[in-house]
Amino acid sequence: MIRFENVSVRYEEGAEPTLRDVNLTVPEGELVLLVGPSGVGKSTLLGAVSGLVPHFTGGTLTGRVTVDGRDTRTHPPRELADVVGTVGQDPSAHFVTDTVEDELAYGMESLGLAPAVMRRRVEETLDLLGLAELRDRPIATLSGGQRQRVAIGSVLTPHPKVLVLDEPTSALDPSAAEDVLAVLQRLVHDLGTTVLLAEHRLERVVQYADQVILLPDGVMGPPAEIMAVSPVHPPVVALGRLAGWDPLPLTVRDARRRADELKGRLEGRDPAGLLPHPAPSRNRGSASDPGPQTPDGLDLGTSISAPPAFEARGSGGSAPGFGKARGGGISLFRRRRTHPTDPAPASPLVLAEGLGVRRGRVEALRRIDLQVVPGETVALMGRNGAGKSTFLSTLVGMIPPTSGTVRVAGRTPHTTTPRELIRQVGLVPQEPRDLLYADTVAAECAAADADAGAAPGTCRALVSELLPGVADDTHPRDLSEGQRLALALAVVLTGRPPLLLLDEPTRGLDYAAKARLVTHLRALAAEGHAIVLATHDVELAAELAHRVVIIADGEVVADGPTAEVVVSSPAFSPQVAKILAPQHWLTVEQVEAAL
Amino acid sequence: MSPARNRRNSSRFSAPVANRSNALHAGAWWLWALGLAVAASRTTNPLLLGLLVGVAGYVVAARRTDAPWARSYGAFVKLGLFVVFLRVVFSLLLGSPIPGTHVLFTLPEAPLPEWAQGVRIGGRVTAEQLVFALYDGAKLATLLICVGAANALANPARLLKSLPGALYEAGVAVVVAMTFAPNMVADVVRLRTARRLRGRPTGGVRAVLQIGLPVLEGALERSIAVAASMDARGYGRTAQVPASVRRTTNALTLGGLLGVCAGSYGLLAAEGAGYGLPLLAAGLLAAMAGLRLGGLRTVRTRYRPDHWGVRAWLVAGSGIAVAVLMIWANAYAPEALHPGIVPLEAPELPLWPAVSILVGLVPAFVAPVPQESVRQEPVRQEPVPQESVPKESS
Repeated sequence: MIRFENVSVRYEEGAEPTLRDVNLTVPEGELVLLVGPSGVGKSTLLGAVSGLVPHFTGGTLTGRVTVDGRDTRTHPPRELADVVGTVGQDPSAHFVTDTVEDELAYGMESLGLAPAVMRRRVEETLDLLGLAELRDRPIATLSGGQRQRVAIGSVLTPHPKVLVLDEPTSALDPSAAEDVLAVLQRLVHDLGTTVLLAEHRLERVVQYADQVILLPDGVMGPPAEIMAVSPVHPPVVALGRLAGWDPLPLTVRDARRRADELKGRLEGRDPAGLLPHPAPSRNRGSASDPGPQTPDGLDLGTSISAPPAFEARGSGGSAPGFGKARGGGISLFRRRRTHPTDPAPASPLVLAEGLGVRRGRVEALRRIDLQVVPGETVALMGRNGAGKSTFLSTLVGMIPPTSGTVRVAGRTPHTTTPRELIRQVGLVPQEPRDLLYADTVAAECAAADADAGAAPGTCRALVSELLPGVADDTHPRDLSEGQRLALALAVVLTGRPPLLLLDEPTRGLDYAAKARLVTHLRALAAEGHAIVLATHDVELAAELAHRVVIIADGEVVADGPTAEVVVSSPAFSPQVAKILAPQHWLTVEQVEAAL
Repeated sequence: MSPARNRRNSSRFSAPVANRSNALHAGAWWLWALGLAVAASRTTNPLLLGLLVGVAGYVVAARRTDAPWARSYGAFVKLGLFVVFLRVVFSLLLGSPIPGTHVLFTLPEAPLPEWAQGVRIGGRVTAEQLVFALYDGAKLATLLICVGAANALANPARLLKSLPGALYEAGVAVVVAMTFAPNMVADVVRLRTARRLRGRPTGGVRAVLQIGLPVLEGALERSIAVAASMDARGYGRTAQVPASVRRTTNALTLGGLLGVCAGSYGLLAAEGAGYGLPLLAAGLLAAMAGLRLGGLRTVRTRYRPDHWGVRAWLVAGSGIAVAVLMIWANAYAPEALHPGIVPLEAPELPLWPAVSILVGLVPAFVAPVPQESVRQEPVRQEPVPQESVPKESS
């Protein structure tokens, strides 16, 4: 269906080619996953299929790309629109019209299909993607997952033979991502559509793939074979490789069937003692621990190995621990927090009491009680639009609370001047690029030093540490996502804020960049920085966070040690925890250390 | 049509709940609003103008949806009030040619040099000039509010669907360009947030300059992304048209436009009156034919275009009726429509013109009722599947 013959793409004369000598044949009706580290040309390859590379982006393409027999050299993107449907990384940049139904029809209108056919296909697609309820809604009012489904629907209606998707689930919460993937699988099974997608979050998609293409080598093969050699792989594969399972399991289910032997080897070992990052105040939030508390000595080990709470997970009467945290947990935490023998003597960096935020008639946050002490890493989780970003915004004073109080290092954020506030709290926004104004890395660093009143060179030293090998005169726009995040992090850290906030830091990062980020953040936490991250990435939360706070509809519904909260809720538990349940392992790293 | 008949009509066929199939043609709303605007331009009576604003406001309140474009009505009302305010302030400061005897107060007058004799700054302020400014401002404000009502009631993008095929693509470009204003506002907010995060003040000239460039960059990037998406979805696909047809199209369009130019010149110039009119007519015909032929090249079809049905006739007709009735009222009751200023008179409400304005309320009874106002509360909450919330299993 798609053929690449000796394809190389070069954007600038004399520069290194982005793609080099790719030879591929994607058969019809397969779901093919494109994997590889950042910057190996995944987006370029996808663009070459739809003809946007090079017709739209410029650059030179040598070799031959044919889609359904049509050569992209002679067919510009609009002439391929009836065979290829493309959805880019940002669905909002995809929409041309303003309501769902018009958007679904737009492609067909361009192709000149008969009105009766259009009408029928729109109805079919609305049902296929579960969008019937939203048919008259303006697109601006949809959530992230809904937009992604509308974007997919809008390219499906012309019945393309090939669907090309660039990171369709990266910006979505776990359940919205599952919805989108379920739709893709249905397309492949029911309609025989060929799907080619690139995705960094392999743990979400690899089990759906029929074939995997690994870049930069351009080899294609069955998922298990490619995953065995791929430098980027999901935790389940990492665990499989560690345990020496052959063939490699790709799904949690396959892995669980094999896991008995591994579980046996791990029996009696304790993940808590092996945690690479000792939590400073582990007693906080462990409301689910039914036993009496001995606050000082209570470490994650004992709280985690309170077995009855987890034995029954998934079998009906699950997670009493979680239920308790949700029901009476909040008042319980408050009582605990004021416990005189709290091991962290420092006063809390973040202190929110009865915090409420309203926007118009919408109550974005309601009665939030939360504390964060120095050295602690807290992950805020919850579906898109639950209020995570709003909470972070109140901590940096962007949004004044409508009720209750919030204090950061003893100050009220929204009345503190920005200059003073950045020495207390730093936020890396969802789009790190927003923080960067200057033309070069050096200018950015100089500006950051001046802003924070730090000694000249402070920021540059941080950049060199976080981002070795970046030249002074690089334009921030030319950095990769991960590099840009590191630069923004360095800029924020220049003011040495004891509290660091990150909003969705792993969007668009590959596993290597994510691992580097995790290392940096752990080092910062060890230095005594408090870190609060809002994230959909359960694997990241499992690796980093001491505590997980789940927000739903603007309320805290769970607050407790990572192992407890995450393990007790299927949507938020990492792969390793699912495989090795009822034992309480969260990351491959922990397992590796224990073996 | 008389109001009584309309009422009977609406009670027998009460307006249905709006959906895509019975959606009122956007053109009908615009005709209705323009009719009200024409009526507003025919009177300075503040009571009648107020009645017009009331009629427009009532219809908007009764029939607008929840969509982002529907919220523009409030902005237009504010703009109207600002226009009135501005008109009065200018009249206060710059004086007015209206002769008046009721001096309210006298502002200190700025002495101006000889060459600026016609201009006066400050000086005496009469009740007459203020009343005149108020009436004049109110007329402008009413016009603006009528346009705002059309904007709130009819999706501007829907109007595009009624354009001839050859012009459709240009129309899409205009609509896409228009969506950039709200996006840029969002960008400014985001970047101001980012400035605060860098510890810089968010106000001031420097802030604006530093934010300006990234905002423009962002807008440019987004427009490129939308263009890529439109290209990949078949925007601008053309049908294979024989070369002869293409040449004919070009010749007709170009020739027609030339004919229109020459014809208008002929009409305006003193000596060419004889050939002007026929040339203009021929040029217009040729250009229309060119557009029609040009439409052959576009392959696009239209998905569920709005139908012009009975309700659309009623809505558009009510607006036109208001306009016609007000123009007629100018003939039978001119002094009631333009209350005296010199000497000052209290405006009174003339019965028949007021009744004719009320005809404009017809849409509030015949236009389909939008779904959002049928539901008790607009649903803002996204129906994200519940699984994402960790459940307390029973």
